[in-house]
Amino acid sequence: MSAQGLLRFTTAGSVDDGKSTLIGRLLYDTKQVLEDQLVQVAEASRRRSSDGGLDLALITDGLRAEREQGITIDVAYRYFSTGRRRFIIADVPGHKQYTRNMVTGASTADLSIVLIDARKGVLEQSKRHAYISALLGIPHLVVCVNKMDLVDFREGEFTRIAAEMRAFLASLSVPEVTAIPISALRGDNVVDRSGRMTWYHGPTLLEHLETVELEVDHPDETPMRFPVQWVIRPGAAVERADRTGAFEDAHARPLDTDYRGYAGQVASGVLRTGDEVVVLPGGQQTRVAAIDSYDGTRPEACAPLSVTVRLEDELDVSRGDLLCTPGEAPVVARELEATICWMSERPLRAGDRLWIKHTTRSAQAIVVALDERVNIESLEAESDVDAFALNDIGRVRLRTSAPLMCDPYRCNRATGAFVLIDSAENSTVAAGMIQAAR
Amino acid sequence: MSSVVDHTPLTHLKVLESEAIHIMREVAAEFERPVLLFSGGKDSIVLLRLAEKAFRPARFPFPLMHVDTGDNFPEVVAFRDRRVAELGERLVVASVQESIDRGRVVEERGPRASRNRLQTTTLLDAIAEHRFDAAFGGARRDEERARAKERVFSFRDDFGQWDPKSQRPELWNLYNGRIRPGEHVRAFPLSNWTELDVWEYIAQEELAVPSIYFAHERPVFVRDGMLYAWREGAELLDGEVVETARVRYRTVGDMRCTGGVRSAASTLEQVVTEIAATRVTERGETRADDRVTEAAMEDRKKAGYF
Repeated sequence: MSAQGLLRFTTAGSVDDGKSTLIGRLLYDTKQVLEDQLVQVAEASRRRSSDGGLDLALITDGLRAEREQGITIDVAYRYFSTGRRRFIIADVPGHKQYTRNMVTGASTADLSIVLIDARKGVLEQSKRHAYISALLGIPHLVVCVNKMDLVDFREGEFTRIAAEMRAFLASLSVPEVTAIPISALRGDNVVDRSGRMTWYHGPTLLEHLETVELEVDHPDETPMRFPVQWVIRPGAAVERADRTGAFEDAHARPLDTDYRGYAGQVASGVLRTGDEVVVLPGGQQTRVAAIDSYDGTRPEACAPLSVTVRLEDELDVSRGDLLCTPGEAPVVARELEATICWMSERPLRAGDRLWIKHTTRSAQAIVVALDERVNIESLEAESDVDAFALNDIGRVRLRTSAPLMCDPYRCNRATGAFVLIDSAENSTVAAGMIQAAR
Repeated sequence: MSSVVDHTPLTHLKVLESEAIHIMREVAAEFERPVLLFSGGKDSIVLLRLAEKAFRPARFPFPLMHVDTGDNFPEVVAFRDRRVAELGERLVVASVQESIDRGRVVEERGPRASRNRLQTTTLLDAIAEHRFDAAFGGARRDEERARAKERVFSFRDDFGQWDPKSQRPELWNLYNGRIRPGEHVRAFPLSNWTELDVWEYIAQEELAVPSIYFAHERPVFVRDGMLYAWREGAELLDGEVVETARVRYRTVGDMRCTGGVRSAASTLEQVVTEIAATRVTERGETRADDRVTEAAMEDRKKAGYF
């Protein structure tokens, strides 16, 4: 059985930067495009492209509504693998009006690829993509300078663009930037090393994707956080079943009605049997009696494993509570300062009431103030804001009806992130990243 | 219980498993009346193991439901009943035949008739009758282009429709389970799995699967380049002949629109090897229902299909 790791990455580029071609190239050169898909792509290429050659961009061509408009309207997820890793691509449209899609795709990514046309150089949009990647705390950023074939594979163009992006990203405190000169159309430095850019000694894009270090391999570097998701109590399950009629003939299996376990996914760090833990927001202390899984008890569990925890003392613990290590607790807060991306047609104003979902906990939230908005063109902050419109990014202050266990997003993506939900429409209207809480 | 010590980096299957368990527990916690759609197929077999991992030692906080077209492979129906009995969980069977008898749908006629399209009505009727507000499905995003953009929590209005243009954004692992009465959510814990992941997981967990997934001899006929199972009463077109072939199925749909592939793979390891080396997508090879138009899946999903 293979023991590959999993890397999630996102791609962003402006219109015509060749993003679809790049993804098509990755899938094609790693032999992930199967015969019936290739036949469809070849047929569509003949119908739609001018020269009739195989248009790799069509491999990821999605919904009919998009084909009619010739643009991508939503995040699409693609899958491919090599001998070393499995990859999930969040293929994100690059249009300015789809900031919300970029934020969505970036939220789960370990790595972000920003695509830049070698002829056009660094555009406002390139900076915007890099800015959103940094805002969403993606650990690794790759600048792919594409269409090198159209600048005769000259080193100068690449070096200039790479330096400009590095300087910009340094101003955003992005820790690691890798720049790679490629031609997605011709296949240079995507999967196979280019023979036409011998001046470049770094990895090809795929080599980089296969070897970049993953956060999941270093769980010990972040404090342990375990949001309780579901209480496993065989006795209670029977009560619920009676209510919903799930087991009219509940009979067969003798149940351990004394069992009480707290199920959830380790959000960060490592949980160990015998560890002293604090249950928040209540603050009770106890120890981890056992870490159960269907496959047996475990001495420890690291993020992102889903397990069931038994505690030494009988405490009143329920969904939305959080287990952590004493001395490393997050802030238990009802006032948040956060950066949000607003995703609704309806404007957001101070005084609005919404639902907030943070880890496994939901509460009501009131918008106390809109502090500033980021001008997405200049990336400068504008104060004196009276409303956020669709795709606006800015800083807000919120007050919540129940305490939330918060870490700053830059320290912990799991306990620093939240979504806002419209209380009338039930739609998800904002992605939020906590900066401070009290 | 045995003790597991594991210091190796997490494999992709472990990460996918943890994500799927998380999704199942979120659905259990945020909805009043979930249901798990169990067809006896490989994807829903994996869902059942994940449900065991998510909720044992308690019972599942939801029943299972099968939409029975009346044209399912008998081997699969027998497997379904065996597995349900083993788990000690409750199964609801929603029958397409009953929908026909009650006049809710009209049977297609002719040699190309199938009950695939009719299932949608039966499914939506059953969801309404039992007031289910969330239905777990085994769909994966790698299956088909329209699925690549589907959410993990896929919101359906009170007509059961999927609107690809107004999907809720899905951020981090913070799923939005808020709905109004009459609406429901399809939840897809295997969204990020590929066909190969599913088979590798079945092998790793040593899960039983219906015998038709392994190579076996059966009478078949060739239509549109696909191998269909011949069964009593099947209408053949001119020039079609019944032959005996050694085949295996990659999906277990309705007998009338699910094709087999010629194969000698008779063990799980051989199936995994064959899938890893395959050159045709699962749906392209074996599902006539997706071949009707280039956007076939998109149309059916908008109407409320699985």
